[in-house]
Amino acid sequence: MDPVAGDAQAARATASNGARDVAGTETAREEVLFDPRGLVELDESVPNVAEIDGESAQFDAKDLTTRKINAELRRLVYEEGVKEVTILNPSARHSLGVGILTRCKVTFEGSLGYFGVGLIDGPEIQINGRVGWSVAENMMSGVVVIESNAGSLAGAALRGGDLVVKGQVGARTGIDQKGGTIIVMGDAGSMTGFMMQRGRQIICGDVGPGLGDSMYDGTIYVAGKVKALGIDCVPGEWTDADTELIDRKFRIYGLGDPPEFQKFVCGKKLYNYDSLEPSERKLVL
Amino acid sequence: MCGIAGIIYRDGGGERHVGRDMTAMLQAMKHRGPDSTGYALYRPESDGYVMHVKLMESSNGHHDFDFDERLRRQRSDVEERMRALGADIADIQGPSDHAMTVTFGYDGDLKQLADYVEDVRGTEVLSLGKTLEIVKDLGDANTVAGDYGLDNFIGTHAIGHARMATESDVDIANAHPYWAYPFPDVAVVHNGQLTNYHQWKRRLERAGHRFQSECDSEIIAVYLAERMAQGDSLEESMRRSLDELDGVFTYICVTEDALGVAKDELGAKPLVLYESDDLVALASEEIAIRKVVDREIETYDPYEGAVMVWTR
Repeated sequence: MDPVAGDAQAARATASNGARDVAGTETAREEVLFDPRGLVELDESVPNVAEIDGESAQFDAKDLTTRKINAELRRLVYEEGVKEVTILNPSARHSLGVGILTRCKVTFEGSLGYFGVGLIDGPEIQINGRVGWSVAENMMSGVVVIESNAGSLAGAALRGGDLVVKGQVGARTGIDQKGGTIIVMGDAGSMTGFMMQRGRQIICGDVGPGLGDSMYDGTIYVAGKVKALGIDCVPGEWTDADTELIDRKFRIYGLGDPPEFQKFVCGKKLYNYDSLEPSERKLVL
Repeated sequence: MCGIAGIIYRDGGGERHVGRDMTAMLQAMKHRGPDSTGYALYRPESDGYVMHVKLMESSNGHHDFDFDERLRRQRSDVEERMRALGADIADIQGPSDHAMTVTFGYDGDLKQLADYVEDVRGTEVLSLGKTLEIVKDLGDANTVAGDYGLDNFIGTHAIGHARMATESDVDIANAHPYWAYPFPDVAVVHNGQLTNYHQWKRRLERAGHRFQSECDSEIIAVYLAERMAQGDSLEESMRRSLDELDGVFTYICVTEDALGVAKDELGAKPLVLYESDDLVALASEEIAIRKVVDREIETYDPYEGAVMVWTR
């Protein structure tokens, strides 16, 4: 069941402008839609354009609006029991494929704009193109593979799952990351892993200044040059578990032989990690 | 937030509908800023100059009793003052009630001419140059392009701006692009905030420059033009700006034959770049570029501290 569709109908109110001109004659009534959520596209009706073939389906997004593309995708995976969806011509539009909370495979044949496939839990997503800012934001679980470049803030607040970018990424990759793994085959920009709290990042190219700035925890592996470390980000000690992780991820996604990595972790000097809460201090004393 | 865009044709240019292309790009980014829309368009060089003049802020239909008379007087004052300084006026157009476009021949001091025209009460010179034309007004790209007939503008390169006002008012004076008064044919659009704006404004004012708005972006144009007047290239001036301008920014600067972009050291503001053999297009979002190049394309985000310049 589509969790949004139910209240959307209730939330929409219609109003009539019923304008009267000065002479008092009624002018043509034009229905004005009012939506308290401030949506640009009010029409969330499902277009029903996909060609369904058993458990797989395909549709062309070229002439559909963003909401209709998402509505069609939700119909296929929630109501029609489709397991594999291919979407043609996403045309770099924003917010496509967001909020999918079931296991399925979705392929985008083209580039996405900002906030692509955010807030997902479960799906396996393949993007044969580029993505804009904040791809896979707050993913809970699942896999997102991007064949080309990604913008800034890729995997922001990621909580689980794997995000694989085969090209380069912009700045602040995995900002506020709380879990999961981000793999970047190309270079990464400044402040990669900014305020990271848990999870792993595997960067095969060079990284910009401020790597791991203000990180709390988690691990960043870098194969290329590091322009500068951020505050409280320090080299970490390599263990067999690190080798195992990297070998496994490279094997799963068919990325070839892994290069040699350096490991970076939190120095735990920036915050008073060993200081006790007032209540705890009382107990010790 | 603001949306910025730039396009430069590499195939010689000159015969391309740059006005139409820029409108499509800006309209696609309307959600980044619906307050006002501005264009800096470059036409193939001719002998004469074109001056775009704003006579008053967009009136939104609120006319007082003196309105028509005041505008008529302003128009004739501008014309009279230009002739008095020796301008050979070929054509005067009035695309809207509060704007005026003058085509003319002139071989005197441009700053003196612009100063004299701006001295007419309420008047602002938006652009002046042999190739540059700046058009800016309230509303989205389709509205502005329709009012000023930009669909038929043939040119070589252009930049544009869809504005969401943050630091200053919603009016034409605070809309982008900014012309580097009084340097002909240099203009800038900017997405971001400059934190040492007041310092630079005072510094440049002491050097004799005038500023018409409260908008931080206005100083970038004058800053760059002054560096270039002292002999730096566009690229050198832009590299220097990364150290001398504080804040977060992505800005695009254009001159009569080049287009350059610069990003701050934090990479805080977006930019997507597409380069091909026949054109270079850049915008805050890829969706804008796809309105001009309607197919799957290879694009990327330039990194923090990037300075790139293309010549046509």
